[in-house]
Amino acid sequence: MPHVAHPAFLVLGAYATYLLTTYGIDPLLAGLLLMPVFFVFGLGVYQFYYSTFEGRGSDQGLRGIAFFFGIAFIVQVGLILAFGVDQRLVDADYIGTSVEFGDMRIPQRMLVAFGVALALTSALALYLSRTFTGRAIKAVAQDEGALRLMGANPVRIKRWAFGIATATCAIAGALLIIIGPVEPGLDRLYIGRTFCVVVLAGLGSMSGTLAAGLILGVAESVVLTTAGTAWAPAVAFGILLIVLGVRPAGLFGR
Amino acid sequence: MKFRHLLAAVLAAFSFAAVAQQPVKIGMSMPQTGPLGGGGKAALLALNMWVEDVNAKGGLLGRKVQFIAYDDQTNPGVVPGIYSKLLDIDKVDLLIAPYGTNVTAPIMPMVKQRDLLLMGNFSFDANAQIKHDKWFNNAPWGAGALAWGGTFLQAGRALGGKSIAIMAADAEFAQNLCSGGRVIAKAMGLQTVYDQNYPPNSVDFSSIIRAVRAAKPDIVFICSYPAESAAIVRAVAELGVGPTVKIIGGGMVGLQFAPIMEALGPLLNGFVNYNSYVPEKTMDNPAVREFLKRYEVRAKQEKVDPLGFYLPPFNYAIGQMLEQAVGATKSLDHKVLADYIRKNEMKTMVGNIRYDTVGEWAKPNLVMAQFRGIKGKDLDQFRQQGKQVIIGPAAMKTGEIIPFDKARN
Repeated sequence: MPHVAHPAFLVLGAYATYLLTTYGIDPLLAGLLLMPVFFVFGLGVYQFYYSTFEGRGSDQGLRGIAFFFGIAFIVQVGLILAFGVDQRLVDADYIGTSVEFGDMRIPQRMLVAFGVALALTSALALYLSRTFTGRAIKAVAQDEGALRLMGANPVRIKRWAFGIATATCAIAGALLIIIGPVEPGLDRLYIGRTFCVVVLAGLGSMSGTLAAGLILGVAESVVLTTAGTAWAPAVAFGILLIVLGVRPAGLFGR
Repeated sequence: MKFRHLLAAVLAAFSFAAVAQQPVKIGMSMPQTGPLGGGGKAALLALNMWVEDVNAKGGLLGRKVQFIAYDDQTNPGVVPGIYSKLLDIDKVDLLIAPYGTNVTAPIMPMVKQRDLLLMGNFSFDANAQIKHDKWFNNAPWGAGALAWGGTFLQAGRALGGKSIAIMAADAEFAQNLCSGGRVIAKAMGLQTVYDQNYPPNSVDFSSIIRAVRAAKPDIVFICSYPAESAAIVRAVAELGVGPTVKIIGGGMVGLQFAPIMEALGPLLNGFVNYNSYVPEKTMDNPAVREFLKRYEVRAKQEKVDPLGFYLPPFNYAIGQMLEQAVGATKSLDHKVLADYIRKNEMKTMVGNIRYDTVGEWAKPNLVMAQFRGIKGKDLDQFRQQGKQVIIGPAAMKTGEIIPFDKARN
């Protein structure tokens, strides 16, 4: 499923978090509170996609991508109409402060984001490997027909997976706005990198996604300081091209 | 024969009437989304207010003004296409440049090639290489980096600064500005202890701020765009830049935008940054004050920058300049208009402006202001005097610079 609206949902999560913080709710708590709402929203979006495209067999090629581009565009315009185009930031006790390790200071917001991201990735990896539904989600990505033979409904499983993916956007959006300012068009910046991380990791590999994200981040920083800033944006797709050439299934794909 | 003459006269009268009824089209692209969208939307509101005002007075040359503005998403790549459409499909009569250097630079070769009048909109040195004779930039910094970086670096020098760290976004505006800063720093004998570019739209500056801190500079000159500026201010608060730093800031776009100022609040204290207008007594201007009263009402309705200090008065002034030039020359011919603007003083809300040979303000009026005494996140405090104290140039000064660490407390 070419879900190119995922970064737009991420930005939507950030703005929803911003909205809740205006009522005095901590951004991290806001992200957690928004997860069930986003889960239901994800179920709805998938159902709409299934009814209009997938169920009719018209999701092949560019049409499926066009659907999600349309959704991303609607989300972006909706955010502009609701919040304007200005950058939005949030406040919390762990924003604007740092933790000291000797001479080294690390911003608390980065530690919080890293910790939550690690916990979320671990939880998802456990869910996908230890539960029946989790394994069914992995299976539906590999072979829908085989899954149907095992007595599971692929459409239901995909809807559930889409709901979970959208729910993660709520907490990830909260982390995004904790780290830095957001604006409605921010998803455009993330879509290339998101695509790169997922393919680099190998489709379906949770731990691979974490590793690919780290590899990309470190590689960009190294290139930034050694080869210069002009080359930094080329790192993601440069690594992607090399990996696809050497190992088409991705670094951790099967 | 008489019938033919009569017919020709009638047709001529009809065609004249048809032209008279056609609107004067003014076109531009404007960042309405993306990193500069916040500033762009506020600027666009001011231009729309000018269009409404001029149409209420009967328009230009007795014709209504039609304003066409497309969103360029702060993406320099799409701007030439938008201006081609404005010229070849929309057939606009006059052009205004988009807000910002990065999005203006790509259209400079086109306007030079087609020999068009282009009213610049807060660009920095966009015409330095092209040298187009029909470019008139409405921005208070003038040509070259001296009027900009000079005031900042002189303030640093006055505090005893001997070394400098430079950090800049890898984009047209920031690079133009920091290149000028390097030249001035060298001429002033400042020792460069750190000089690093970063990719535009970076969100985390921890490693850069740590590196600046380790370099122990006296002066930190920053050339950044809105989201980066906010992230840098936060990173400085979290990590500190070290006790040696006496002055920090200079060219940080975004610290003039109300939502960012409101969100950062006290974290801004001590930063010294450029500005086009701050509510200090040396900048008090009844026309701007009156305009801002009207603007604030509209800004609230349209959910754009509620303060509107930075761009809106200057964008309204672009309209005033076109109004003056077209009214005086009774022409929409670009050569005639450019000649007029070049030779005459343009009377605008932001002051009377004369242009130099490269189409920049002949007498720059850029101020460096230091954030002081910001408490909490109340936006109204930024409307008060003393919150952005002008530390230079001398003619505009409303206070002496205070070293960064003292202004933080």
